[in-house]
Amino acid sequence: MTSQQLWIAFITIVRREIRRFLRIWPQTLLPPVITMVLYFVIFGKLIGGRIGEMAGLPYIQFVAPGLIMMSVITNSYSNVVSSFFSSKFQKNIEELLVSPTPNALILAGYVVGGMCRGLGVGLIVTCVAIVFADLSLHSLPVTIAIVLMTSLTFSLAGLINALFAGSFDDISIIPTFVLTPLTYLGGVFYSIGLLGSFWGSVSLANPILYMVNAFRYGLTGITDIDIVWAFAMLALFSSALFGWALYLLQRGSRLRS
Amino acid sequence: MQPALAVEQLHKEYANGFKALNGVSFNVAQGDFFALLGPNGAGKSTTIGIISSLVRKSAGTVKVFGVDIDSDFSAAKQLIGVVPQEFNFSQFEKLIDILIHQAGYYGIPQRQALQLAERYLKQLGLWERRNQQSRTLSGGMKRRLMIARALMHSPKLLILDEPTAGVDIELRRSMWEFLQEINRQGTTIILTTHYLEEAESLCRNIAIIDQGRIVENTSMKALLKQLNKEHLVLDVSQPLSAAPQIDGYPMTLRDEHSLEVEVEKSRSLNQLFTQLSAHGVDVVSMRNKSNRLEELFLSLVDASLESKAEASA
Repeated sequence: MTSQQLWIAFITIVRREIRRFLRIWPQTLLPPVITMVLYFVIFGKLIGGRIGEMAGLPYIQFVAPGLIMMSVITNSYSNVVSSFFSSKFQKNIEELLVSPTPNALILAGYVVGGMCRGLGVGLIVTCVAIVFADLSLHSLPVTIAIVLMTSLTFSLAGLINALFAGSFDDISIIPTFVLTPLTYLGGVFYSIGLLGSFWGSVSLANPILYMVNAFRYGLTGITDIDIVWAFAMLALFSSALFGWALYLLQRGSRLRS
Repeated sequence: MQPALAVEQLHKEYANGFKALNGVSFNVAQGDFFALLGPNGAGKSTTIGIISSLVRKSAGTVKVFGVDIDSDFSAAKQLIGVVPQEFNFSQFEKLIDILIHQAGYYGIPQRQALQLAERYLKQLGLWERRNQQSRTLSGGMKRRLMIARALMHSPKLLILDEPTAGVDIELRRSMWEFLQEINRQGTTIILTTHYLEEAESLCRNIAIIDQGRIVENTSMKALLKQLNKEHLVLDVSQPLSAAPQIDGYPMTLRDEHSLEVEVEKSRSLNQLFTQLSAHGVDVVSMRNKSNRLEELFLSLVDASLESKAEASA
């Protein structure tokens, strides 16, 4: 395929993915907004008002970056995992597999589609957050870079989940039993300074901690961890997941018999 | 001239140890309309799966217009269009989107894809439904949609795996005409089907696969010549109480108004009718008891089963 043909194939997958989540917007775009409004009202206004400050910030300002990041993470992940697994389930993934589109491009198309939803929902939730909290911007480059890398990482993770999944149950296990606990324990609602040294150290193994803190740094300038270290960890996670996903696609794992 | 498809010593053993293909070899000439027949589980779909990349081969080579799938699968895929046995498109996408996306995967710009989609949807009688979700289509329409989709990148080799399964006879005939027209325009077609009448009507060459082996690979004419007898059904005007006894034409009474007769190819039908007239039997119509290819197919598959049983004994 020529570079122009490759570009057309890539953009076709991305466009199809975007159309898919826009077509079913009541399932994809609306629920995170409602959930986040509830989080802001309950944790930010009602409970947050009694908590006072966290890490030197009003509680609602402290949780806002984490809640935005939580939306980016769950939506990037769930878009790719549900879209790719549905394609496997309906067998229309074969349309792509029999075509000359290279595996790397299939991967890139699905991941960018997932990122579009993750970032789109992130943007909507940010607008919601502005209504409830006094959001500032400390560093635009850090904010954009970290949100892009986070969305990339979880889109890749979603694709790997979909590749291994054999049933619809399999695509809800990871979000329910891994992603949600990691997100809640990833410093969205509290500073790891509140944890003892042991649990604080354990928390460092949670990749979401780096994402949430780096994003919070981008908006507020406050973080529990070193930003350079956060970027290094994210680069490591996303590279490893990209390599793994591409390897599985090249092997045709659970796609080709 | 390079064959459109050259399959050489293809082997496939699945992870559970089942050997689906045991050294399948055959060639399909450019411009041919080729039938790949075999009973269920014979290895037809596995062979097609390997050619189209959905199944990984254990050994052997596949060349599409001289392009080895091992050395340049991307170039080979550009040449192949596949209509699978099972519906494999998104149930929630519109017909027009399914076709445009498929064209996009082959690097065809959207404007050109729209023109192609319009052409094929019109030819296959689906244009009016272009904005419907595919799940709203009938079974026959879904089959036609898969043909349109496979043609979007103008493949030189079109592989159809039971394209008319579950399609009513009228629609089947119109699909035959469509496929014959595509073949006349230069597209090489490989067809698997359970309707042997379909293979006999459409295909010039044939391979019969059974238990992962090619048991026959020849032209349709040469294959049909192998038939040395036919079973005819004769409808008669007057009711009969018993079948007439005529030398060289074994006959049985099916019911009081029809006879079944076995006729060797070397024997004359005129002779049969003369003898029947002499017995006072007035024949009003005649037909083959079964499709000629069906008889051959069964005999070849039976022979393959017997030889395997002997080998294992």
